[in-house]
Amino acid sequence: MNVFMRWFHKMGSPKYFYEVSGKMIPWFMWTFIITLVYGLYQGMIVSPPDYQQGESVRIMYIHVPAAWMSMFIYVVMAVSGLISLVWRIKMTEIFVISSATVGASFTFLALATGSLWGKPMWGTWWVWDARLTSELILLFLYLGIIALHSAIEDKRVAARAISILALVGVVNIPIIHYSVEWWNTLHQTSSVTMTGKKAMSTSMLIPLLVMSVSFKLYYGAVVLMRARAELLERDRNTRWVEEVVQEDTK
Amino acid sequence: MSTLSLTSAFTLLLKRDLTLAYRRRAELVNPLLFFVLVTAMFPLGIGNDPILIQKVGPGVVWVAALLAALLSLDAMFRSDYEDGSLEQFMLSAHPVSILVLAKVLAHWMVTGLPLFIAAPLLAMMLNIPNQAIPTLMLTLVLGTPVLSLIGSVGVALTVGLRRGGVILSLLVLPLFVPVLIFATDAVNTAAVGIPTTAQISILGAMLVGSIVLAPAATAASLRISLS
Repeated sequence: MNVFMRWFHKMGSPKYFYEVSGKMIPWFMWTFIITLVYGLYQGMIVSPPDYQQGESVRIMYIHVPAAWMSMFIYVVMAVSGLISLVWRIKMTEIFVISSATVGASFTFLALATGSLWGKPMWGTWWVWDARLTSELILLFLYLGIIALHSAIEDKRVAARAISILALVGVVNIPIIHYSVEWWNTLHQTSSVTMTGKKAMSTSMLIPLLVMSVSFKLYYGAVVLMRARAELLERDRNTRWVEEVVQEDTK
Repeated sequence: MSTLSLTSAFTLLLKRDLTLAYRRRAELVNPLLFFVLVTAMFPLGIGNDPILIQKVGPGVVWVAALLAALLSLDAMFRSDYEDGSLEQFMLSAHPVSILVLAKVLAHWMVTGLPLFIAAPLLAMMLNIPNQAIPTLMLTLVLGTPVLSLIGSVGVALTVGLRRGGVILSLLVLPLFVPVLIFATDAVNTAAVGIPTTAQISILGAMLVGSIVLAPAATAASLRISLS
């Protein structure tokens, strides 16, 4: 067994996960704060206003990374759902529900900032554009997952149920992604592509990418915190939780 | 070990469900009545301007069909869950996904098919142009089975819950959206006389895809709900 697989197996043990994640959270948190400050400074002060959109282009430095995160987290959730259904790993089950709440918040953030940007740009808070609509549907999918999880008493059953739901809903992710090409409407087409010609100046691209890294680090920190809390609650009758609590209250 | 072949197990289950539905004839008309009533509410709500009604017509018919499907979904596994026959299906020697497909088919024949038959009448009442009515029927034939199939996953996940109904709508309505978009778009396109091959093909693809994938997901969900 190579080093990675051994690490993966070890992470499956709740006690080991609890200890390691406790050490990882500060790292995620500090790198998040540093990249956030740098990204906001670059986005709000250094980068130039857009020649068409003026200063309101700066909303994009929050909006676009949040929209990316909303989809990224859904995929992470579906993958951990698949892992927990196939291999019945308890830790990935916990990741599914921990990710759902963070993902729902990012989706809401993307929708809220989008409509704040839409008011000065399109002259309306909301348009029934395909991309907006599918982001709204994504929010509903997240809320459905959270609702189903809270409705089922047995949390292990609940975790497996929402894993299936996440896998069914993952069909929606490509629809979101390709809706820009399918229905040509008001929304901007993608400006950031790996190939193709550059549609955005570097001074705007840097804060955008820094912010998206920053949001990912934030997700890392928060999902670990939530997973730890969930883990303690689930394993509250076990020996290792008792030891952890005793150590904390000392 | 049962000597029953898979095909006869499928037809037996289908017959059983249809017989059960036929014995409760009064309940049989409920989704249909609901469909007609919801459609009739829209002109009352938006005013009797014929042009406006004609414009929203396809959308109204489809939203009403969506709600009627949602309303009837809850009954798909409910009685089988309560009397324990669902657990017997789980224990049978045949793949659960095929048995699920038989149940979904029976459910669709009882709730989806009547909507299809009533649709032309409602289309006339909503001033939908005659040339669009065949397309409307076609979208219903292709679309409502997709609703039943996707819905079956949601029902299977919520069948053991006391307040399953409200959560069920939260789970399945977002997944119904693509069907709604393409179906209404097809009818609207047909109303102005443009070919609708693209939308119909996509609806067909959705139907084929959900026939393949949904029963497996439903079977897995039922196993979880019954564990």
